[in-house]
Amino acid sequence: MALDIENPIEGSFQIIGGNFDNAGEASSQLKNRLLELNVNDDIIRRATIATFEAEMNVIIYAAAGRLNFVITPTQIQIRIEDMGPGIENIEQAMTEGYSTAPEWVRAMGWGAGMGLPNMKKNSDVFKIDSVIGEGTTIEMTLNLT
Amino acid sequence: MKFKDLTEELSLEIRTCRDGLRNDITGAYVSDLLSDVMGNSKAGEIWITLQTHMNIVAVAGLKNLAGIIIVKNRKVPDDILQKAEAEKVTIATTPLSTFEAAGRVYKMLQ
Repeated sequence: MALDIENPIEGSFQIIGGNFDNAGEASSQLKNRLLELNVNDDIIRRATIATFEAEMNVIIYAAAGRLNFVITPTQIQIRIEDMGPGIENIEQAMTEGYSTAPEWVRAMGWGAGMGLPNMKKNSDVFKIDSVIGEGTTIEMTLNLT
Repeated sequence: MKFKDLTEELSLEIRTCRDGLRNDITGAYVSDLLSDVMGNSKAGEIWITLQTHMNIVAVAGLKNLAGIIIVKNRKVPDDILQKAEAEKVTIATTPLSTFEAAGRVYKMLQ
């Protein structure tokens, strides 16, 4: 069902690498907007998983990043751009279980190689682009109709 | 079954958001990998884990879990308890191991 909104609803968040304490803020804001709009529970669940994993990847791997979302009557578009090391082999990074996270991050229960697969699994369109030494950009779209 | 029905059986000490004891529990999810919980747990489940850092509050909140049970009476830092209270996430600790805690919850849910 298309949303009855006149203008797209947007959100923009700065994410600082290493700042685990604020993880989930962008996802939580997006979730609340979607709840207010009475979006279907399953779509909210998928959008939340995809956004949170994207936030975590910036926190774990990058110096900083930005997450933007746009809710249109028919779609949720999420874009995450980071200033990080970049991903050398995207195909390998997309493999469930593959991770380059350091030991201390794994001890927290992150870095199990599920982040990128979770993002892909929970979005309808998933695009990833990465440049070594510059950063990674991910675009995800979830259809509302 | 309500969260509070587990209190005695698991010797729970409720650390945050007592209101959550009224939550219905639809099942349980046992994992210390946060992406696993994020991806595979379902709303209304109780989460049994040994993780005690800040991100457990965000995961439980985002997934609408019924609450978190921390095993082996692991100490939960004060800032995490404060965050959980603010976000209305119920955290309880049990002296039991993950195996025992999960076993008892499983039995009670049958």
